[in-house]
Amino acid sequence: MHELSLCEGVIQLIEDQAREQGFSRVRTVWLEIGELAGVETEAMRFSFDAIAKGSVADAARLEIVDVPGRARCPTCNHAVTISARYDACPDCGHYPLEITAGEEMRIKELEVQ
Amino acid sequence: MCTTCGCGQGETTIEGHSHDQHHGHHHHHHGHGVAAAHAPGLSASRILRIEQDILSKNNAYATDNRQVFTARGMLVLNLVSSPGSGKTTLLTRTLSDLQDEIPMSVIEGDQQTVLDAERIRATGVKAIQINTGKGCHLDAHMVGHALEGLSPEDQSVLFIENVGNLVCPASFDLGEAHKVVILSVTEGEDKPLKYPDMFHAADLMLLNKTDLLPHLTFDVEQCIAYARRVNPDIRVLQVSATGGTGLEEWYGWLRKAREAALTSSRDAVVA
Repeated sequence: MHELSLCEGVIQLIEDQAREQGFSRVRTVWLEIGELAGVETEAMRFSFDAIAKGSVADAARLEIVDVPGRARCPTCNHAVTISARYDACPDCGHYPLEITAGEEMRIKELEVQ
Repeated sequence: MCTTCGCGQGETTIEGHSHDQHHGHHHHHHGHGVAAAHAPGLSASRILRIEQDILSKNNAYATDNRQVFTARGMLVLNLVSSPGSGKTTLLTRTLSDLQDEIPMSVIEGDQQTVLDAERIRATGVKAIQINTGKGCHLDAHMVGHALEGLSPEDQSVLFIENVGNLVCPASFDLGEAHKVVILSVTEGEDKPLKYPDMFHAADLMLLNKTDLLPHLTFDVEQCIAYARRVNPDIRVLQVSATGGTGLEEWYGWLRKAREAALTSSRDAVVA
């Protein structure tokens, strides 16, 4: 359940932004979470509501943008989509692959008042 | 609340660390210069582009820790495993065997109790316990605070024994030089595939309790192949913390890593 502390991180960053950019309420939070980031998005949603209580993001809507796992195969040089870190290349069967996307955990945008 | 860095510690407690008193704190707060996409105006709501890593706060604390470690010539290892892998036994054996040769100290992470720190202190090596409460991992901020109470020596080796958990600690950089994952042969050889992030993040895997192999169906080669599948560069050493097999190789790895830490510290001074 490190999603709880990830949400704490999100709220801290939002509170910092609120001070710097002068807003007092957040309506929507867009997070970008890679499929290989080891984050359970359902746990993230569950944690977010609890952690956001009493903060500027209290009752904010959480939008999670999934980023698919992408990799390059060093053997056949194809760019492929993967769902786990240990996946073999779907084209030639080789592994390991060089992961190029899907490890992100980012706050992308905020809708604020 | 901590008066210096303003941290509310939640359920985390660190032996000897009180948030009511003022204490020296090497952290500073990290500003960031993300410009607003829209100027503040009269509109009811506006969209701000943030593009910030969720772990950026932790990573900033980890960078602070790492700078302290480098400046002081310390080798810091983050020991991770599932509960019951024999991590603490391996650690106490290592401390007993090497404490006359290398100055060492330990940060112990557990959800509850100071039992492990007491086990460490029984070897004569200093240790401090962090209890994370319901928290499933240590973070860089907790480690920064624990350092204040522990006062490790310059050019020493600091072991951070993370909370027993093969999932969450993988994401949290503490400022260490290496993550060392301990897997015991009583667990099943497919652990590296079941918990790929941890084995991907580690530089060294210690395969522990190898003295029990004759009684098990554990496939060592398959386990190593699985680990290399998620991390082609991972080093693997087979050890038995109780029997002593393979410990010299582990100590050899440790001495080499310490040499590297001392060298990069000297380089940092010259630069």
